Amino acid sequence: MIAIVDYGCGNLYSLQCSLNFLKLESQITSDPEVIKNADKIILPGVGAFGDAVKLLNNSGLAEVVKKEAAKGKYILGICLGMQLLFDKSYEYGEHQGLGLIKGEVCPLSGDIKGNLKIPHMGWNSLNIKDLSDPIFKYVKQGDFVYYVHSFYAKNCEKSLLATSDYEVTVPGLVKNKNVYGAQFHPEKSGDVGLNLLKAFAELEDN
Amino acid sequence: MLAKRIIPCLDVRNGRVVKGVNFEGIKDVSSPVDLARFYNKSGADELVFYDITASYENRGLFTDVLKTVASEIFIPLTVGGGINTLDDFDRVLKCGADKVSVNSGAIKNPALIGEAAKKYGDQCVVLSMDIKRVDGKFHIFSTGGRVDTGIDALQWAVNGEQSGAGELVVNSIDTDGVKNGFDLEMLSEIQSRVKIPVIASGGAGKREDFLELFKAGVADAGLAASVFHFKEINIKELKEYLKANNIEMRV
Repeated sequence: MIAIVDYGCGNLYSLQCSLNFLKLESQITSDPEVIKNADKIILPGVGAFGDAVKLLNNSGLAEVVKKEAAKGKYILGICLGMQLLFDKSYEYGEHQGLGLIKGEVCPLSGDIKGNLKIPHMGWNSLNIKDLSDPIFKYVKQGDFVYYVHSFYAKNCEKSLLATSDYEVTVPGLVKNKNVYGAQFHPEKSGDVGLNLLKAFAELEDN
Repeated sequence: MLAKRIIPCLDVRNGRVVKGVNFEGIKDVSSPVDLARFYNKSGADELVFYDITASYENRGLFTDVLKTVASEIFIPLTVGGGINTLDDFDRVLKCGADKVSVNSGAIKNPALIGEAAKKYGDQCVVLSMDIKRVDGKFHIFSTGGRVDTGIDALQWAVNGEQSGAGELVVNSIDTDGVKNGFDLEMLSEIQSRVKIPVIASGGAGKREDFLELFKAGVADAGLAASVFHFKEINIKELKEYLKANNIEMRV
């Protein structure tokens, strides 16, 4: 069973639909016991970093997720959920993240000098660094995924699995041991996204 | 790099897809769920569902159709038509919509854009504009393109962006249904005034129209209905054609 962490941030309907479509058992939950008993954890999220991290901390779910990560459970953060995995974010102030992946989240507007639009919204292709990672079992080099975001992770070179070009190098998929993060929305990325979710569900402990 | 998007629009009435020519003479086309499946398989980058009669007859959207589509099609879904309040946003977002398009609702209550952007994020709010030339000026029309509001469309687009709209749909009533190409002049006027993505709508008749649109650099996406519904243009072939002509495409 995959636990979809519900901490009051974002619409979880499509995500659960995509897991249902793949015939993967999932549960939208804010119950620490359910999260502890789950095989895998998805940390979703849409909205502002500061609000989200406050909700995660106040509900005690931040600690639960960190403990499960330390135990080696596979975790996938999506969009804001991915950004929350990093050390800190500079989205409207400075906020501490979960610190599960080294790096920080910064505004795209600070680094994009040309006429590109912000948010980075739409389909962009993946430049996969390490195709041997099991998360890419069903995905090809150059496949397109759907992004919607105005902030992006920086100084996370060691955790980069795949990036997309948008004047700057946007970290698309990152990984630190058993913790994965996707800046794009796999649940909105058509067959490519479904294939990534399927591969995530199939990840096995060494 | 970011791909240009091809977006079929499904105008829905009574749970069925319809498409008018210049918004009149509506013909029944197909089931929205079947059509959505077909488009997803052909490589559509997003789907837009408009309840075209909602603002006129005050009908709610057919959320069952939306739920069915959202449970099996995993690309961005935009819903519009009859969106007048935050409750309307809530209703369609809970059924699987990713973005919500406001048109007449924003004309009646311009504060709706800002309120929705604050609650759901800019990326969620699409400002859809039906625009027609009146005495050499671009006017916003409401109620399915039936009523001239007298509002200056260029200013309306700028105000919409400032209020928090994350995307604009520019539908030219002058070119809609005529199938002789997008309204590049109108699009250029809008595009040059905003930074948010612009979706071009109205006038697509052949694949060259899309090439012309993207080569002109006046839109991030091209939206059409009847040419896709009646299979005059196949989306897969269109995208391959555009890619062969150096337009970045997800194929």
